[in-house]
Amino acid sequence: MADGVMKRMSLIFKSKANKALDKYEDPRETLDYSYQKQMELLQKVRRGVADVATSRKRVELQMKKLQQESDKLEGQARKALELGREDLAREALTRRANIVTQITDLNSQYESLQGQEENLVRQSKQLESKVEAFRTQKETIKATYTAAQAQAQIGEAFSGISEEMGDVGMAIQRAQDKTAQLQARASAVDELMASGALDDPTGLSKDDITRQLESLSSGGAVDDQLAQMKQELSGGEKKALESGSGTSYAGKTDEISDADVLKDGGAA
Amino acid sequence: MIVRILGEGQLVLDKEALVELNKLDNELMAAVEAGQQEPFESAMEALLGKVRELGTPLPVEELKPSDFILPAAHSSLDEVRDLLSSDGLIPG
Repeated sequence: MADGVMKRMSLIFKSKANKALDKYEDPRETLDYSYQKQMELLQKVRRGVADVATSRKRVELQMKKLQQESDKLEGQARKALELGREDLAREALTRRANIVTQITDLNSQYESLQGQEENLVRQSKQLESKVEAFRTQKETIKATYTAAQAQAQIGEAFSGISEEMGDVGMAIQRAQDKTAQLQARASAVDELMASGALDDPTGLSKDDITRQLESLSSGGAVDDQLAQMKQELSGGEKKALESGSGTSYAGKTDEISDADVLKDGGAA
Repeated sequence: MIVRILGEGQLVLDKEALVELNKLDNELMAAVEAGQQEPFESAMEALLGKVRELGTPLPVEELKPSDFILPAAHSSLDEVRDLLSSDGLIPG
């Protein structure tokens, strides 16, 4: 066990290749069988790369949704402040801070996934070239098989390609693990949204901050209408109003203009 | 001699480089066995860096097995340990 990392790892790869090579009596069979296998693997690699890209795009969408949510909460906080509801504004900003943390976190993972994906694309292209090289080489080896050295050539080419395959296979596995992690994170956020802790960006269900802001605004609209009615009445049937309540509505004018602000805010 | 860095490809190096690489490799192996994160990270970086510095990429149309294989950059300590302890991680 005096071997270091480099040696041990190459031994592990070699023993894998040798095991596969030992299965055939005639090494030429190995070449054909192996080439078939390589083409299948190449297909798998291409599919793997495509899968990683798809998952990456899904995470990207998820992040966009979160960004929209964060922007929306910021708007809500502003609106709440305009309405003098600092408590609501604080609540909205607290939730926003939560989402921003998640976005930052997802973002750094997203970037490393992007790096892995670029690497995978490069590796799979390289693998394609190697498979092509193997195809040419196997024909040459088969043609000159009578020579004893062919045996050694077969071993080299086969080990070389199986090492390449192993490498790409591992890279795909790593990228898939990464996307699975990100997907899990993204669906955790989905669940939070479903439970109402975060807003549903589809707008089908309203979060409590929106509801409160709307009720404040619609309260303002009612006040508004009342004020308008009062004005109409004060023109024609001023007496009836005054005799009806006995109290003056003059003090309400300030609140009415506030209500206008509320209403504008609510419609935005 | 040919050294493969997993995820990057194969590099051709002079045999003389082995002395230097072995030294760095032993440090890496020690860090892996001790399970120490920081020495592991710096040993990985030093070893991979040296291979990249001294090596020239093997042309893609050449099919040769590597004399030595190194883990991918930014592999975790656990990943490297798994690589060394079994061949389960390497797809056939």
